[in-house]
Amino acid sequence: MTEFTLNGKTIQYDGDPTMPLLWYVRDLAELTGSKFGCGIAMCGACTMHVNGQATRSCSLPMSALDGATVVTIEGLSTAAGEAVKEAWQEHDVVQCGYCQSGQVMQAAALLATNAMPTDEDIDVAMQGNVCRCATYHRIRTAIHAAAKKLEA
Amino acid sequence: MTRSPTLSRRALLRVTAIAGTGFMIGCEDPSVVDDNTNSASDTNTNIDTAPLTFNHFINISTDDTVTVVVKHLDKGQGVTTGLPAIVAEELGARWDQMRWQYSPADSTRYNNLFWGPVQGTGGSSSIANSWKQLRTAGAAAREMIINAAAKEWGVPATEITVSNGKAQHSSGKTASIGELAIAASQITPPTEPKLKLARDFKLIGVNASGKLPRMDSKEKSTGTAQYTIDVKRPNMLSAVMAHPPLFGATVKHVDDTKALQIEGVEHVLTTPRGVAVVAKHHWAALKGREALTIEWDDSAAEKRSSDELTAYLQKVVSEPMTAVREEGDIKKAFNESSKTIEMTFDFPYLAHATMEPMNCVLQLKNGECHIWTGSQVPTLDVGTVAAITGIPPENVHLHVQFAGGSFGRRAVPDSDYVAETAMIAKALGKTNPIKLQWTREDDMLGGRYRPMAHHQFQASLDNKGNLTGWHQRATAQSILRGTPFEAMISGAVDDSLTEGGKQLPYSVPNITVEAAEAEIGVPVLWWRSVGHTFNAYSTEVFLDEIAHASQQDPVELRKKLLTKHPKHKKVLELAADKSNWGSALPSNTARGIALHESFNTVVAQVAEVTLNGDGSYRVNKITCAVDCGIAVTPDVVKAQLEGGIGYGLSATMGEAITLKEGRVEQNNFHTYQPLRINQMPEIDVHIVESNEAPTGVGEPGTPPAGPAVANALRALTGKAITQLPIGPSVTT
Ligand code: FES
Ligand code: FES
Repeated sequence: MTEFTLNGKTIQYDGDPTMPLLWYVRDLAELTGSKFGCGIAMCGACTMHVNGQATRSCSLPMSALDGATVVTIEGLSTAAGEAVKEAWQEHDVVQCGYCQSGQVMQAAALLATNAMPTDEDIDVAMQGNVCRCATYHRIRTAIHAAAKKLEA
Repeated sequence: MTRSPTLSRRALLRVTAIAGTGFMIGCEDPSVVDDNTNSASDTNTNIDTAPLTFNHFINISTDDTVTVVVKHLDKGQGVTTGLPAIVAEELGARWDQMRWQYSPADSTRYNNLFWGPVQGTGGSSSIANSWKQLRTAGAAAREMIINAAAKEWGVPATEITVSNGKAQHSSGKTASIGELAIAASQITPPTEPKLKLARDFKLIGVNASGKLPRMDSKEKSTGTAQYTIDVKRPNMLSAVMAHPPLFGATVKHVDDTKALQIEGVEHVLTTPRGVAVVAKHHWAALKGREALTIEWDDSAAEKRSSDELTAYLQKVVSEPMTAVREEGDIKKAFNESSKTIEMTFDFPYLAHATMEPMNCVLQLKNGECHIWTGSQVPTLDVGTVAAITGIPPENVHLHVQFAGGSFGRRAVPDSDYVAETAMIAKALGKTNPIKLQWTREDDMLGGRYRPMAHHQFQASLDNKGNLTGWHQRATAQSILRGTPFEAMISGAVDDSLTEGGKQLPYSVPNITVEAAEAEIGVPVLWWRSVGHTFNAYSTEVFLDEIAHASQQDPVELRKKLLTKHPKHKKVLELAADKSNWGSALPSNTARGIALHESFNTVVAQVAEVTLNGDGSYRVNKITCAVDCGIAVTPDVVKAQLEGGIGYGLSATMGEAITLKEGRVEQNNFHTYQPLRINQMPEIDVHIVESNEAPTGVGEPGTPPAGPAVANALRALTGKAITQLPIGPSVTT
């Protein structure tokens, strides 16, 4: 039995311990904002916050979650999260949008620990998140804009 | 408007002029609007409120919302913003009252006007083919609103205008278009509504007063946008497919004993395309697939390796080919030349690698079929499913979903993953909806690549250094040969081999372009800008070699050769100017330029690249100029250029699919390396002001990016890059 919280709700899980968190959240908890892109922690589409850390949920088995706090894009409501979501819309970052839940979660985690990231900080924090539409240019701009919003 | 002959290859059946096609005005049943599973968000309203349908593209509701029926797939290119913008402009609506809704699959009303009776999205044609159609629809609705107001107010229609979502009379009387909707729906639709003049445009074009925010930004920034992977239906089952490990192999024997013991696995089904595992959820299906033991028959499979294929392509180029362009006398030019330059190029297979791996949800019930997928060509997918299931096409209902990228991948002649889902549902023989989800590995190993190609070039210069002869010989697999669209190949050779090479815009007195199709058992497909991907690269890199050999500045040489193409010249000059071409840079940094027309849009790019001592390099900046006719939503145009450039850089710098004894060697993002944020340059896009009809922007940003970077590296190292990808470093 694994007990953890998902977006503030307590979950007791006693199914297949090897099931990745991503598939539990998508198929069993029916929260589909987090996406599947690679399954091997190489693209970031599945990024959730686990105990506050941006985490690749496709590669985290349910057995590792005992006592954990899990937040998905549906539950993202921190100041940084809100600022990121707003900046994303103001700069029309999205194209197909499929990678963007993961990008937003990663960016929110970055701003939670680094209030005013430089371009280099952004490169380091965001390079695990692939965007095949190559919206990187606007992601950078929007993260800077979100940082400014939070400062104000 | 005129269209270049290159488009006809992608025009699936035949090219139809915009004018005179089936634009119908008339009050129709609002049920034309599909029950759309995408309606959760506030920008994508479910039309339950029975709005008044002014024609089959526009619904005006009494609550003052205007919903545009979008006949094209959004795969990121922004059609759900661009198409409503055209209507809003002609109608005189406010942007905040605009909504959108996907159309149902219906090739009679929602066909792509460039493709004849086929509904589909591709060839960078969504805005271009809809331009006049939606302007006419918007203008007709505007005239009906005006006539309704004239009747109600008892004034002449000529004294009424519509703007900001309101009809206004010169006396000061106003009414919103929603208030007039019921009365307007009683008006006989005009047959030839008068379109606005370009100078009166307020919402669209580069001079519009402000940016029109994307309609889909909110749902895609907050995780609520729904893609195929997110579709949920009652009693739905998850499926994965075990595909043959070699292209052309088939199933010989399956042992499913262990798979069926896995908790959650319900069925193992053998289909003509592989072995399907059907389970309660995706993870169980994956575990079931791992437990299968399958014997494959690979007697007819493609078993060559990449180096053998390269040698084979080189052999094809050394043999007689078909001339697709011949001007002047190339033999004479070479005989009389004082210098000749030669170069060959090798291009690898490329995967589309959309972020959302291919997927489809499909249900067979009561003699009807429902499909949920991000379909680029609904007419094709519906037809394929009808053929597999025996259900007549009119009973196959397609519910279009947002696509997590496509780049051409979701327009497949045999509808591969959609066909698979239909095969699984048919083999299952039950009414459960089936969600087939490919893994990244399935997607990357699944074929349908941008073809490998080999190009050979020769140029002749006279004793003054003038370019007198240009000879290109190209080979690659045909995309259309052996598919239901083979009849579209107009000459002896598939146009994709030389598109963009054949149309070389430079004035050279003697030009020959030749091609021959290669035959390889690896399935190929159009990939963002198709044949332009390799032809832009080879022609523009070779031209820089000529510039260096004749000691001319690459921009000056191009200008000199563009005597017959003033539009190209203007775009080239704009990019050069905005990039400060010619100004001093640090010694380890250089600029490179490339110019290319595709899908009737001309793009020039200047790359600024820094080379490090260890041979690694960084693309600092790309300055891009584009002439795409009127830019309907300029910020979306810019986004498409930015993304197209990123896609081109990604392929040029890092991507290749290679084969070893027929097996693909890259199966996920650790071995197939996409561009990441730390490699993304600054991008500066400049749009040429224009009142011409809009041309495509989804693809044209991609072709010039690679050669612009290669030409900058050429300036730094003195060596042209003739094999792609470049990789993380170059030899200095
Ligand atoms: S799906 Fe988890 S990192 Fe790609
Ligand atoms: S927006 Fe399409 S993959 Fe990022």
